[in-house]
Amino acid sequence: MDTQSVTGVESESGRTARLAARGVTVGYGARTVIDDLDVAIPPGVITTIIGPNGCGKSTLLRTLSRLLKPSRGTVVLDGDDIARLRTRDVARKLGLLPQAPVAPEGLTVADLVARGRHPHQSWLRQWSSDDAEVVERALAMTGVSDLADRPVDALSGGQRQRVWISMTLAQGTDLLLLDEPTTYLDLAHAMDVLDLVDDLHESGCTVVMVLHDLNLAARYSDNLVVMRAGSILAQGHPRDVLTAELLHEAFGLHAKVIDDPVGDRPLVVPIGRTHVQLDQSAINLLK
Amino acid sequence: MKPGMNGTDVKPSVTPGVRLGRVSFVWRPWIVCVSLLLAAATFLVFCLSIGVGDFPIGLPQVIATIFGRGERVDEFVIMDLRMPRALAGLVVGIALGVSGALTQSIARNPLASPDVLGITGGASAVAVFLVTVSGGTAAAIVSSVGLSAAALMGGLGTGLLVYFLAWRRGIDGLRLILIGISVSAVMEALTTWLLVTADIRDVAQAQAWLVGSLDDRSWDEVQVALWGTLVLLAVVAGAAFQFKPMHLGDDVAAGLGVRYGAVRAVLLLCAVLLAGVAVSAAGPVPFVALVAPQVAMRLARCPTPPVVASALVGALLLTGADLVARTALPVSLPVGVVTAAIGGPFLVHLLVRANRR
Repeated sequence: MDTQSVTGVESESGRTARLAARGVTVGYGARTVIDDLDVAIPPGVITTIIGPNGCGKSTLLRTLSRLLKPSRGTVVLDGDDIARLRTRDVARKLGLLPQAPVAPEGLTVADLVARGRHPHQSWLRQWSSDDAEVVERALAMTGVSDLADRPVDALSGGQRQRVWISMTLAQGTDLLLLDEPTTYLDLAHAMDVLDLVDDLHESGCTVVMVLHDLNLAARYSDNLVVMRAGSILAQGHPRDVLTAELLHEAFGLHAKVIDDPVGDRPLVVPIGRTHVQLDQSAINLLK
Repeated sequence: MKPGMNGTDVKPSVTPGVRLGRVSFVWRPWIVCVSLLLAAATFLVFCLSIGVGDFPIGLPQVIATIFGRGERVDEFVIMDLRMPRALAGLVVGIALGVSGALTQSIARNPLASPDVLGITGGASAVAVFLVTVSGGTAAAIVSSVGLSAAALMGGLGTGLLVYFLAWRRGIDGLRLILIGISVSAVMEALTTWLLVTADIRDVAQAQAWLVGSLDDRSWDEVQVALWGTLVLLAVVAGAAFQFKPMHLGDDVAAGLGVRYGAVRAVLLLCAVLLAGVAVSAAGPVPFVALVAPQVAMRLARCPTPPVVASALVGALLLTGADLVARTALPVSLPVGVVTAAIGGPFLVHLLVRANRR
């Protein structure tokens, strides 16, 4: 079961949601960020949460992963209330990569990825040949085997993100939650990391991630969750969800949504003020 | 690039494991070698230190006596007169080394040591208060629980105060350090004020305590420190496994199934108590808790402070400093003077390195 994600066995839960939030209210201290929200994560696909800054994307992801405890409502993981599960059992089912994690200076790639085995270890059984095998496979799958001996802080941003995903993979879960996996990466490296995420999806993982870039979100996900001010505006396939009206409603953005010339997904073309070849009346119409 | 397409024929260097029945652990020969060498060096300095004195005893005789095959005279001098002091050095060094390794790991910052976090300062302020303020209550406390236990309570109280002041929806390393520095400053100010206003005879006694010294330890005092340290080390060993992922940050640790709030609270409490035990046994010996984990990291080539190696470096540092303090200089000095002389420059080195990054 540990190796499901790596060997590519399809999840057996079928059509029912692996992970769902039901009537969830969550915030920091007295400030409520998300109020009475429902969402279901379909199995076997990539779900991406998008929305303007501060709309509660990361808060939702952290709530789904049990990092934040909702003041009302429940999060359900494979049919169980996540708050009632042991932390360790959650970690055996759900892998989480927080935003911009930092490794201690000098920690090697192999040692970092090995930490991913922690939920399967105990005080007496701190390391076994199974662990070594899973770690080696996780390294190979993310294409960082050659870097195993290098310190994580000596790698480039893109490589580093691959290594962190590799650690999450070594956890042996087929449900991955990634909080902005492309932060601080240039476009080429962002694409590289998202291709990796797609590989994981192809091998049977259910992925939930938060992304900023709308076009990358449209290209790489099968299910978009669009948020605004702590609630969900729309959810569904990018082709059905991404419209000029919705973008205006969610982001206050004036944009044109066209067919992607190199793919079968929509492409968002933002309309700013300068160098736009629409006449002024058309721009005013958009406003 | 599809998964598994590359790297399948390249054997990555995943750390090998060792299995003994149901027990399995990571095999790191370098750390084991370094630890064994440190243990041997500590034992050597420990024996040398016992041999030094008005009645010098050679190294072979010291070792023979420790293993129960010495002469009667040697046995009396070593076991009854000198052993308490040497053992106190060992225990205090271990306690400070482990305490420093824990606080530095928890704060993810090399500057976080019990000295900086106010524990030592709090213990000192309470001790000086009890020594200098003559009168009913203070005298009653000293006579009932002893100065050492009162100092331990002072250290614990200050440690908890810093922890709760630094608490804001969790613990942030830098915030912990800044609060620790300010509380330390308040405690130092309090100590200075007590010293300035007190009777000059009490001040001398307080000053002697404040430098940190192993002079005149009795078996009773050493036994309390020894058992306290052993119990705390057992707790640390029990929690150490859950602590491993916490070097990666709270969120990652939580994602790996660690209840980091509980683990951190237990280990921070252990760190405070270990530092408190050390201060109550030898006074505030400065810098050992700061330096030992950093030296251990460099020797063991670890990215994070290794607990066992830190304990051994702490013991070696303190025992060695005590030996130097008693032999190398024309006058016999308290051990705290020597550790301060080593620790000060090392702190500067750490700050310079931190700034360069």
